[in-house]
Amino acid sequence: MIGLEHYLTVAAALFVIGIFGLFLNRKNVIILLMSIELMLLSVNINFVAFSHFLGDLVGQVFTLFVLTVAAAEAAIGLAILVCFFRNRGTIEVEDANVMKG
Amino acid sequence: MITADIQTVLPEILLSVYAMIALIFAVYTGKDKVAPLLTTLTGIVFLVLAGWIGLNGSGTSSVFDGAFVSDAFSRFAKVTVLVAAAAVLVMSQDYMSRRGLLRFEYPVLVALAVVGMMVMVSAGDLMALYMGLELQSLALYVVASLRRDSVKSTEAGLKYFVLGALSSGLLLYGASLTYGFAGTTLFSGILEAANEEVSLGLLFGLVFLMSGFAFKVSAAPFHMWTPDVYEGAPTPVTAFFATAPKVAAMGLFARVVHDAFGGVTGDWQQIVAFLSVLSMFVGAVAAIGQTNIKRLMAYSSIAHMGFALMGLAAGTAFGVQSMLIYMVIYVTMNVGTFAFILAMEKDGRPVTDIAALKMYSKREPLRALAMLVLLFSLAGVPPMIGFFGKFYVLRAAYDAGLAWLAIAGVVASVIGAFYYLRIVYFMYFGEETDALDGKMTPVLWTMLMGSAAIMIVGVVNLFGIEPIAAAAAGALVN
Repeated sequence: MIGLEHYLTVAAALFVIGIFGLFLNRKNVIILLMSIELMLLSVNINFVAFSHFLGDLVGQVFTLFVLTVAAAEAAIGLAILVCFFRNRGTIEVEDANVMKG
Repeated sequence: MITADIQTVLPEILLSVYAMIALIFAVYTGKDKVAPLLTTLTGIVFLVLAGWIGLNGSGTSSVFDGAFVSDAFSRFAKVTVLVAAAAVLVMSQDYMSRRGLLRFEYPVLVALAVVGMMVMVSAGDLMALYMGLELQSLALYVVASLRRDSVKSTEAGLKYFVLGALSSGLLLYGASLTYGFAGTTLFSGILEAANEEVSLGLLFGLVFLMSGFAFKVSAAPFHMWTPDVYEGAPTPVTAFFATAPKVAAMGLFARVVHDAFGGVTGDWQQIVAFLSVLSMFVGAVAAIGQTNIKRLMAYSSIAHMGFALMGLAAGTAFGVQSMLIYMVIYVTMNVGTFAFILAMEKDGRPVTDIAALKMYSKREPLRALAMLVLLFSLAGVPPMIGFFGKFYVLRAAYDAGLAWLAIAGVVASVIGAFYYLRIVYFMYFGEETDALDGKMTPVLWTMLMGSAAIMIVGVVNLFGIEPIAAAAAGALVN
């Protein structure tokens, strides 16, 4: 029987993979965007699982909002990335280093 | 029922409708030619809304089944946000139009960001919180990379986007855990679920939520994006980042910890105190080596957020009151300081190196004096109003039994005074090099002098802000 904790475990694993993807990835900004998406979608698994096991629809409504915002976020991320590429000619993470912080 | 709901969110609705109409109007008429008009108009709309919200609202009303709360606290934060945004918009006009940056999207995006901030400080539900936060963040990512043809600006936008999205992810994960273990997304429901005892899941949710907020207020250890974004973004945008969004994020922080987790003060108090002490020291120590004034202001804002969080860490109504007063003072100081920075230029090019300010007092004695007052105030030197802001939060922390935090704050502010005073030293005692020749527009001059005057005159009674902030804090903490 698959219970709530199984869903939560999967979501937590995906979330952690997303975070590691952000921090360990030294290659490509596109991979950063994918990692961000992975994090947001793992949260959606959480919401839907909780929603089902609580018998409460609010979680699924929240999921729809998150999906919409994630789409907008990806669009804006890609737009900024295109501008960055035009100026820099590369989208390697290592090359985002004009300012050292 | 629904009429009352709509009436409460009318300012937000009007502002978003205004933003959409402005966008369509600009696209169908002169595009960037109408940008100056639109910028001024947006500033006026902000001020009108601020007056309306400030003078008209009374009492507490919770609408849309509790998802949206309008109380003294949210009104206080909204008025601060609107006035700060209007000031920055008006200031940025000349700088941006001379550099071909004044696109019509700028005021529209700022207006949308401000709608997001207004929703943030009024949120009564995790969903409203998330939507407000994202509306603000998405608009700000774009504004950060406004100068499309500059490597620095786009890099700033990219970094802000990636780290901002990470923080939204953390916050959202916290929201999902909170929802799961409290069974509701309403703050009032969470407050009931987290009354005395919190389950481990809820505690995890709280920690994730707070790390998301810490990102947004740029509190250490989540501050990495701040210096780069402040340096890379065009200066007027930096001025905007340093003012309104900080107030909104701090308001949101206060609202969640008190409205949703007010029953378990002890649990979040330590986290906030930790964020506070770390931010104060990171802001004070890391700024010492900086020579770029925009990076310096970034570290300065990290340190100031540490002080504001100290008020929040107290966990009392007086703590929230001191935090609000601190934020208002912080915003006023920053508006003045950025008015000065905006006029720092040589041969029409912006200069951000503080070494360029050497012997500035000789050429522009009045401006240098105003900047001196502002820097003393930022450092918290007693006769200026900045000292009273620090005094309030220190007292709040001390009264709440966090004496160690107050002592750490004093130490950090002494360390932090060094780099403010270094700028003063450059302006008054340095050796003259190639001097700045930037002219100041009347608007910038008024902002700089006005804010410097407030730093001194405000000492009398803080312009009566104290009882208003007390009422705002009283509406939040009960």
